[in-house]
Amino acid sequence: MQISHPRETESQGIGRNLDSMRILVIEDDRDAASWLIKGLTESGHVTDHAANGEDGLAMAQENLHDILIVDRMLPKMDGLSIIRTLRSKGITTPVLILSALSDVDERVKGLRAGGDDYLAKPYAFSELLARVEGLGRRNSQEPLETKLKAVDLEIDLLTRAVTRAGQNIPLQPREFKLLEYLMRNAGHIVTRTMLLENVWDYHFDPQTNVIDVHVSRLRSKIDKGFDEPLLQTVRGAGYMIRAV
Amino acid sequence: MQFNPKILKTSTFRLAAIYLLVFAISVGSILAYVFWNTAGLLERQTDATIRAEVQALADQYRLLGLRGIVDTVQRRSAERGGGVYLIADANGKRVVGNLESVPPQVIDETGWIDFPLDIQIGQNKQRRSARAFHTDLKDNYELIVGRDVQELRQFGDIIRRTLYWALGIALVLGLGGGLLTSRNFLRRVDAITDASRAIMGGNLSSRMPVLGTGDELDKLSRSLNEMLDQIERLMTGMKEVSSNVAHDLKTPLTRLRARVESALRSNSKTEYRAALDKTIEESDRLLQTFNALLSIARAESGQSREMLQAIDAQEIVEGVAELYEPIAEEEGGTLDVKAVAGLNVLADRQLLSQALSNLVDNALKYGVTGENPKPHIEIEGKLEEGNVVILVADKGAGIPAEDRARVLDRFVRLDSSRSKPGNGLGLSLVAGVMKLHGGALLLEDNAPGLRAKLVLPLHQSQS
Repeated sequence: MQISHPRETESQGIGRNLDSMRILVIEDDRDAASWLIKGLTESGHVTDHAANGEDGLAMAQENLHDILIVDRMLPKMDGLSIIRTLRSKGITTPVLILSALSDVDERVKGLRAGGDDYLAKPYAFSELLARVEGLGRRNSQEPLETKLKAVDLEIDLLTRAVTRAGQNIPLQPREFKLLEYLMRNAGHIVTRTMLLENVWDYHFDPQTNVIDVHVSRLRSKIDKGFDEPLLQTVRGAGYMIRAV
Repeated sequence: MQFNPKILKTSTFRLAAIYLLVFAISVGSILAYVFWNTAGLLERQTDATIRAEVQALADQYRLLGLRGIVDTVQRRSAERGGGVYLIADANGKRVVGNLESVPPQVIDETGWIDFPLDIQIGQNKQRRSARAFHTDLKDNYELIVGRDVQELRQFGDIIRRTLYWALGIALVLGLGGGLLTSRNFLRRVDAITDASRAIMGGNLSSRMPVLGTGDELDKLSRSLNEMLDQIERLMTGMKEVSSNVAHDLKTPLTRLRARVESALRSNSKTEYRAALDKTIEESDRLLQTFNALLSIARAESGQSREMLQAIDAQEIVEGVAELYEPIAEEEGGTLDVKAVAGLNVLADRQLLSQALSNLVDNALKYGVTGENPKPHIEIEGKLEEGNVVILVADKGAGIPAEDRARVLDRFVRLDSSRSKPGNGLGLSLVAGVMKLHGGALLLEDNAPGLRAKLVLPLHQSQS
């Protein structure tokens, strides 16, 4: 997987999220925290920082943040306990868990505790940013949508029909799922790992870049014959369906 | 031979002591029997003779009166046969006989008495042992008939002494034998203890002594040696793995360092940038390797067995096939999948999918040859002999039979595959995952190509 600094995506003028979010970073590693905060701030978000579990819980309980980024292992109170406490108090702020433990079991434990997403350390910043922004959108999304639209591409979640400029495009079930996920995140970058996890539900690295092939197949179906390509590859980060 | 008090604590010594006791009891009873049949027999015969004589004299007295036996007693008393005779009146005064008076040992009316007898031999008076039977006759006369049993008693003493000696010698020999045996045993146990100390001390190639006698200790030593061989094999394997790990991680780290160093020296911005990009790429690969190693270790340790769930492997086979099918097509090949339903297994969906995806990935990478550049892969899921079997077959060069076991080891890459990307951990992970699931990975000849076979135990669902 190619990784790049967030500035690179910015300089290409895509992937910049204009909906600024307030993000609480609960991370005890000073270097990791400052690197994270720098990146998030540069991407246009407002950040707060807590260096231990107790402070983090206290700040999160104020319920002022759009997203919490919580390290799994923290001094004074561990990440999973923070999440459990918050959830038991009815605070539903989306949580991204960061952990050096990459096992599937650990992931399951994190999500069971009430986490919304799980990212194993070390990670690429672009991956973290894409996930954080994805969580932010999930939070604000209207649940009753039955149609998704991006420029002239439209998909109907009930009839499973896909049309572009009024022209019907037949898709395989998995291709539809892939497109649906991209459309739900239209205008935002989704990484290959996010696609593998959300479209295929695989939480391992399949070595060969299988996702690229699936995306290029989908692209050939929805972009072929049209002047304006909608499904774009963001170098070193992932893919994006243009929203406008 | 120095006495070692440790001997007293050995189980052989204890056994020897018990044996000695039993031995002493049997020797003792044999000797008692011998005594009874020799010295005892003579005494009993003497007693019987005396009784017969008493009986005869008593009968004679009843028929003929005192006068009738006095002559007989007088005649017999005069004989030098060691006989002792006395007929005394009511006052204890001698009527006839060679005994001067009634010995003081006589208390009852009738019975046996043992008493000392003084005999005049020439000038010397000699004290000897006598044994006699006394009985009352009518008219208050008393009859005593006995024998000088001095020789008999001496003979008995000799026999008794001989038997005591025999018993003593037997006991000493038994004890000595016991000590000798246990000392011998102890020496061999000590040798085994020394050998195990040496092994614990780090001399792993040391082995327990085997004498070749085929006894229990030899058998014990042999099985301990087999165990040690097994452990040594495992240790060597572990050492190989860690040195492989070190080597395979050092190589990319060295590369990484060299690149950064040369970029720093270059003082050019584009060089910096290129080096940093490469560094990220290289560290990602390293992380991938690390993660693969951790997954293998985790699967092999079997810690996550409790995470296994009852699932139908058909879903896994079809899911992975669907993921890779476009790649095969992209390369102008085919990927055919055929999986029946009801492949019930107890599995971790992620790990089993990963294992299968590794096999398919391998088939795509190595399942092509110069003449046959397009991958043709067949994936099959079926029930076979009560097991769930998942096959991944390609038409590539295959793996030579002699390399099939080796390729499951970590970091092993065959020369023919070195040109392709990979870390040599794929099949190790598959083998580890199979171990976790209680199954096996078999590599077979697909003639041509490789047929990788996952065999999993069929899970009987409780219904």
